[in-house]
Amino acid sequence: MLESRVNVNLTPEEIAEAKRRLGREPNEIELGMIDVMWSEHCSYKSSKKVLEILPKSGRRVVVGPGYDSGVVDIGDGDVIAFKVESHNHPSAIDPYNGSATGVGGIIRDILCMNCRPIALLDSLRFGNPQSAHARWLFNNVVKGIADYGNRTGIPTVAGEVEFDESFEVNCLVNVACVGLGRINELTLARMDNPGDIVVLMGGDTGRDGIHGVTFASKTIREDSELERPAVQVGNPFIKKLVIEATLEAMRTGKVTAVKDLGGGGLTCALSEMSSKGGTGVDVELTNIHVREEGMTPYELLLSESQERMIFTILPESQDEVLRVFRKWEVPYSIIGKVTDTGRIVAKYRGRIVVDIPSKLLTEPPMAKRRARKISIITKKRASKPPIPMDFAKVMHHILSSPNIADMHPVYRQYDHEVGLRTILKPGDADAAVLRIIGKNKAIAVKIDCNSLHCYLDPYAGHAAAVAEAARNVTATGAKPIAVTDCCNFGNPEKPEVYWQFKEAIRGITYMLKGLGLPCVGGNVSFYNEDEESGRAVKPTTTIVMLGLIERLSLVTSMALKEVGESIILLGKTYPELGGSEYYRLIGFDGGKVPKAVASRERASIKTLAEAIRRGYVTAAHDCSKGGLAVSLAEMAIKGGLGLKVDLAYVLHTPSMRIDEILFSESSARFIVTTSEVNTAKILSLARRRGVPASKIGEVSASSYTVAMNGKILFECSVESLRESWQDAIPRLIGG
Amino acid sequence: MKTAVIQFPGSNCDLDILHVLKNVLHVEAELVWHRDFKDSEFGAAILPGGFSYGDYLRAGIIAAHSPAIEHIKEMVSEGKLVIGICNGFQILVESELLPGALLMNQSTCFICKWVKVRVETDETPFTRHIKRRTVLNMPIAHAEGRYVNDPEGLKELHENDQVIFRYVNPRGEVSEDSNPNGSMDSIAGICNPERNVLGLMPHPERASEPVLSPFSDSDGLKLLSILKS
Repeated sequence: MLESRVNVNLTPEEIAEAKRRLGREPNEIELGMIDVMWSEHCSYKSSKKVLEILPKSGRRVVVGPGYDSGVVDIGDGDVIAFKVESHNHPSAIDPYNGSATGVGGIIRDILCMNCRPIALLDSLRFGNPQSAHARWLFNNVVKGIADYGNRTGIPTVAGEVEFDESFEVNCLVNVACVGLGRINELTLARMDNPGDIVVLMGGDTGRDGIHGVTFASKTIREDSELERPAVQVGNPFIKKLVIEATLEAMRTGKVTAVKDLGGGGLTCALSEMSSKGGTGVDVELTNIHVREEGMTPYELLLSESQERMIFTILPESQDEVLRVFRKWEVPYSIIGKVTDTGRIVAKYRGRIVVDIPSKLLTEPPMAKRRARKISIITKKRASKPPIPMDFAKVMHHILSSPNIADMHPVYRQYDHEVGLRTILKPGDADAAVLRIIGKNKAIAVKIDCNSLHCYLDPYAGHAAAVAEAARNVTATGAKPIAVTDCCNFGNPEKPEVYWQFKEAIRGITYMLKGLGLPCVGGNVSFYNEDEESGRAVKPTTTIVMLGLIERLSLVTSMALKEVGESIILLGKTYPELGGSEYYRLIGFDGGKVPKAVASRERASIKTLAEAIRRGYVTAAHDCSKGGLAVSLAEMAIKGGLGLKVDLAYVLHTPSMRIDEILFSESSARFIVTTSEVNTAKILSLARRRGVPASKIGEVSASSYTVAMNGKILFECSVESLRESWQDAIPRLIGG
Repeated sequence: MKTAVIQFPGSNCDLDILHVLKNVLHVEAELVWHRDFKDSEFGAAILPGGFSYGDYLRAGIIAAHSPAIEHIKEMVSEGKLVIGICNGFQILVESELLPGALLMNQSTCFICKWVKVRVETDETPFTRHIKRRTVLNMPIAHAEGRYVNDPEGLKELHENDQVIFRYVNPRGEVSEDSNPNGSMDSIAGICNPERNVLGLMPHPERASEPVLSPFSDSDGLKLLSILKS
């Protein structure tokens, strides 16, 4: 029996379907290829249908979902390609190489479009920082990203880290890359012209990473350690050469398409490129440059060795392109030709070993999944915790939470300045800001999610994640223009997990439509689940938001600028402490999760954007994680200045408690500072758009003072708050 | 005078320095692939930052043994100016054009941050327009930047006035907490005894446009502008 000879993850129905479409029994190699291409990781068989509801078009969308990365028009012939991907499973087993190759993979996705990678962002999630395993993962993931990103000369400009027990075994490592290109020079990874020469370029092919994608389509088990060979090993030096050689090769005008070899290796690249172009491809596997002797056709077709690209080149024109590869000393091999057969035909020493239709591989049968609602939210408690006696103490406590504290010990390990584009450095503002050299414009990018909110209410939490990312780029002076996302969930075969996923996509869709934003691509990672404990990660779809800053003079940071300036709060505060950092710290689970209402978000965003455009705003900060109290403290710490606010002026629903006003993480809010003369102008802009807004206080010299109706509630020095905020992470990572 | 920016496999600040020379300073400059580099065509050369050959052995050591460095040595002997920035400094040290060694930072981590460096001497072609003890804002970004030398070598450096930059605090004083990587005597940059080769760990090209500087200044230009003449 076939199944007994080759270890595959296909269901009996899938094997039967493959046989039916092929018209015969697939041989072992073909079965391995089908197994990989029909895995969850490559096929999106559980998610494709759900993802269809996302809005994907817009006037700026040049390339939407379906290609290696989305591409957005930012005017003047410039385009931005951006994409985010998870590398959770490899990182959970081998955090250093797993995260490093996550960076490597996403860079290639940008390169495929003929765009230069100009920035990396990462979103990381680990277990409770008290756990030695979580700290081991954290330290090695950061080191893997730093060592790889730094060597490739692409700055890591922003990120987020969250610690939560659900990520103890299955950490989440999502890496995003942003690329800059010209609209008339874009390429798509498709084989359109029969006769084109197919060249494999880059690192040698070895036995590493074979079945990496099928490994990523399973839950993590006790014996997952044994799957370490499924983790690829990266080489950032070769990657740097591959980047430069690829971009230079494209300039010859002889390259018709490029695609990276990632999950599924050569099988995935050849089938996707030929399937998209409606063509076929003939390859001779013995031509492939290899790292080890005696590799079988099966291994050659499925190896996920890193740093490799497939090029198709106009016939008779290969010399010009190959000369570039030789200059950069990157190995290459001419492996075949594009055909018009619609089939992948692979030979080994001249003998045909694979002959299979491309579309059989790329159009897998979809999986039917059931969804069942989880009733976490209905468990919500009506009771509330006692009001703390000492708010100053709570402030220090919350600022030293690893989810809030200063991440400079991490940013510092990343070269965030190479490329001469980083105007706002990590931590300066709500999003990273990169200028477009030679133009008076910039882009803002942010990666974000709040897994606790998403867990308690996947719909509201994910809608709020989109809204927060949009507010983040707005606060830097940008107009949000497009999104890409990375879904991280447990086992989709479990109806509860599938429900979370569907709710998440519904929530994201709602907010994207409400804000008029397209989703130009994404990545889905399932099976982030520990089989032993049966515990899945908190549902987490990280949102990467791209914003465009039309003039450099609009760039705005969060640091307080001048004593005496007014502090204005835009947006209303609700008693929404469910899933807040405050409740997490006092160990209270319950309460209402912040509700994100698209019309409110739109109004707040438009108000701030207009105030910035008119030059009224001196500092702006989204008010979310940790609530008003934490956002204010961050602005004070960054500016090295103090402030005095009176909570009586905070617009909120009736009879809210002081801790609710201070720490509620209600959506649609910004804190802005402005001069005395412009205060009324901002408030009137807000009024016109129906945004609740009020002046809540003023910037002062050095003390953080919170009052209620003129009576001081608590006061601490900004310097002491800074210490709590700064010292937490070094204590954690021992740096 | 045309300046060569030498591109090794793994260089990654090559395009950055080229941008500053051409578009900010309007200096005649050219990116040169290391194999194509001929010293006679250029009046000055820059070895840019990055990870030449991946820096898998000691940083800079493989590039130091490349034919391009023979051409660099030729330029040096003719008295032409050579600047090595970050990985370029590591290459100059490994090729013995500059004394001492650059080891792993004391923290054992890569460090990317803005620092302050004090100009220790104006008796070099590189700093002749900058007043001694001027404090410049520039960023560093390296894992191996801890300058070391033996006691004699160190003494010689000071006696010959070869120390050009030292890390200092905002008041312009050398102090332990303003030394980012544990360099001996807080040394950030040095020159050769003939004073025409400069190596420094901070990146002047990243501090050459106010829009990129947290201080809205362009201190890197004070140094790089010498290539204008």
